[in-house]
Amino acid sequence: MKPVMARPFVLPDLGEGLTEAEIRQVLVREGDVVREDAPLLEVETDKATVEIPSPMGGRIEKIHVQPGQTVKVGQVLVSFGDGTSPGTPPADPLESSRRPSPVPATPSTRRLARELGVDLRAVDGSGPGGRVTDDDVRATAATPVTTSPAGEPTPTSLTAGKPLATAGIAPPLPRFEQWGPVERQPLSHLRRTIAERMTLSATLIPHVTHFDRADITELDALIRRNLDAGQTRGVTLTLTSFILKAVARTLGEHPHFNASLDPAAGELIVKRYVHLGVAVAAERGLIVPVIRDVDRMPLLELQRELGALATRVREGKATLEDLRGGTFTVTNIGALGGTGAIPIINYPEVAILGVARGREEPVVREGAIVPRLLLPLSLTFDHRVADGADGARFASAIIRRLEHPDELLLGL
Amino acid sequence: MGDLVREVDVAVVGGGPGGYSAAFRCAELGLEAVIVDTAQRLGGACLFDGCIPSKALLHVAAVLAEADRAKDFGVDFGAPRISLDPLRTWKSERVVGKLARGLAAVARGKSVEVVGGRAVFEDSRRLRVEGEEPQTIRFGHAIVATGSAPSPLPGVDLRSERVMDSTAALQVPEIPARLLVIGGGYIGLELGQVYAALGSEVTLVEMLDGLLPGADRDLVQHLARRCDRMFKAVRLSTRVTGLRDTGRVIEARLGEGETATFDRVLVAVGRRPQTAGLGLETTRARLTDRGFVATDERGRTADPHVWAVGDVTGEPMLAHRAMRQGKVAAEAIAGRPAAFDNVVVPAVVFTDPEVAWCGLTEREAETAGRVVKIARLQWAASGRAATLGRSDGLTKLVADAETGRVLGVGIVGPGAGELIAEGAVAVETALLAEDVALTIHAHPTLSETLMEAAETLLR
Repeated sequence: MKPVMARPFVLPDLGEGLTEAEIRQVLVREGDVVREDAPLLEVETDKATVEIPSPMGGRIEKIHVQPGQTVKVGQVLVSFGDGTSPGTPPADPLESSRRPSPVPATPSTRRLARELGVDLRAVDGSGPGGRVTDDDVRATAATPVTTSPAGEPTPTSLTAGKPLATAGIAPPLPRFEQWGPVERQPLSHLRRTIAERMTLSATLIPHVTHFDRADITELDALIRRNLDAGQTRGVTLTLTSFILKAVARTLGEHPHFNASLDPAAGELIVKRYVHLGVAVAAERGLIVPVIRDVDRMPLLELQRELGALATRVREGKATLEDLRGGTFTVTNIGALGGTGAIPIINYPEVAILGVARGREEPVVREGAIVPRLLLPLSLTFDHRVADGADGARFASAIIRRLEHPDELLLGL
Repeated sequence: MGDLVREVDVAVVGGGPGGYSAAFRCAELGLEAVIVDTAQRLGGACLFDGCIPSKALLHVAAVLAEADRAKDFGVDFGAPRISLDPLRTWKSERVVGKLARGLAAVARGKSVEVVGGRAVFEDSRRLRVEGEEPQTIRFGHAIVATGSAPSPLPGVDLRSERVMDSTAALQVPEIPARLLVIGGGYIGLELGQVYAALGSEVTLVEMLDGLLPGADRDLVQHLARRCDRMFKAVRLSTRVTGLRDTGRVIEARLGEGETATFDRVLVAVGRRPQTAGLGLETTRARLTDRGFVATDERGRTADPHVWAVGDVTGEPMLAHRAMRQGKVAAEAIAGRPAAFDNVVVPAVVFTDPEVAWCGLTEREAETAGRVVKIARLQWAASGRAATLGRSDGLTKLVADAETGRVLGVGIVGPGAGELIAEGAVAVETALLAEDVALTIHAHPTLSETLMEAAETLLR
């Protein structure tokens, strides 16, 4: 019999720290012949539902995943045949769960790997005969995942009831049942991710927050004056786009806020592009889509892109490209009220700008009390990268731009 | 009047080793667990109809064989006289009963309640218990541990007292003069030897061309030789195509047309999972093509609230696999990162001589095209075996050709079931043959054969 040249197609790198996705739908069947770019599967990541297109034209030899299954980056999704080989019958799930060659490691090491969320297949064993040791597992756990083992499928189960990656840090919980009835609710995929990433950021980054207020009376008037003009061009002007513009310009002058710290290398990675994340409260939870090259984008275009992106996110149609590559995040909590909040930095970024609700307040100007529209801002940043004075200067520069919208529009 | 409704964290269906291990571990982890068992007792087929009573009877057989061998060194006990009533009482009371009382005490100590009745799923969160204590149990999670039951002989439908399954044979209703054993797997071999030792003339029939299909042939060889001496006949590649009860005896048709007469028949052609009437279809759990409950490596089915452990989840149907699965499922339910990632599930056949193996067999390595080194040590070279008068043994290691890692161990000989534990540790912990060879093993013991076999791989 002719050897079957099965070409595996693995879950591609999803970027932005996303390491897994849940299969929502399989859009092809074994034996189907598909074109390049034809949709193969629909997967839900922590942030969006996306279609995975076929990387090549060919015949689907085998589908290795099923709806509801969580797959990791690098795990085989489908195999392509050479178009002439007979199909393989679908494997019995019990048979397929039998591992032909287990990774050599003691049971206690394997348990440690599970506790630390390390895939043993990705670990090079340093012990006798290639045995994976506890130290190997700990070293892998401490290194950010850059590559995943391709080839072998890694069947992982549904997310409900799975401990968070950060669970090892927490002391055990008391038995709440002793004080009254409780219900255990599994976390949604998105909730888990938010929980894990917030814990990561809050425990890893020494946060410091700087508060200030911007007088946006003029900016608000400018927006109101031009609302109709904007509408005729199909966009609704909002404060957010001006804030994004002001932040983008200011990041150009303060590049160390547009960066990521590489503690292992002892280096600051300064990004020569300005892609801003905007926190959006979707029904399923907090999602941060990214607008690219905000510094180079005309304001109307930025406003249009912002509107379209928010709509895609709320409808669950954001693509992976929409969700990765951010360099700095703006979170506007104004719609829900409040006088200010201290957001947590969107790891591995360096800073995040929180914007609360603008209010008319009495302000003393040239000896007289006048009503002015004041916008509370909070800049939270990584104290390893910047000091309080840097943060104050950065925030002041943003405020200056918001208070002089003409300069902002002229690109000054 | 409304039914009794109760709420628990975990409801376990079935009180066998898988079920009670899961419930006990749940209790240790602070979860309230109840076990629903049709007989309202803990132990399951293992304790009442399987492992334990068969080993009790095999011990009797071993004592008889040992007494007989003693003639070789000048000790003659004379012909044994066997009284069935005391034998049954010893097995049921002193062995099974004692262990059952022990398990019940453990359950009480851990506050695990055992409810009598048949449990039927009503949906993914509720079980209806039918029986003397009808009630509804609302659970956070349910663990299906309903086990397996002996398979009937395909194509032969005869209900007769003279045709026994393993459960009936373990009651030892009599010592039949002529016994037909259908099936050359571990159950047929173990019970065939029990009855042969008690005085029955045993004919064993196996459909395939060898005994113990899963084991390597060189291990089976010593057992086959012993069976040839103990049994009247061992018929391989032979099918039983018909059984007829004449009222006094059973007429069996073997293969094409040959007929033979027996006083009793033992059908030991395997076991099948028990899922019928469970109401699993009201949950999202599903069965495999072969009728097992499909689970992931933690024991969870496609239904997030329904789990399954033990024989009902697949091969090998062994109590020790079920016990580990039960603990894994309990830990996973409690939110721990547990998984059934075990490399070895040791298999032991408690015959004379015992056959035991774990990990990769030589035959599996061949089938998988895996390059391995094999070490064989015949017990003729063992001092301890000589002192026991038993050179009918073999210890073998299957090691990775490149790294020397121990991938599998097979042992035949008296005590193989105990000796295999070292092999299980070696394979499970990924030891190298060198590690086994360089560990001092006490002299003179049978365990030395593992060290000596490993040494042959170092040259």
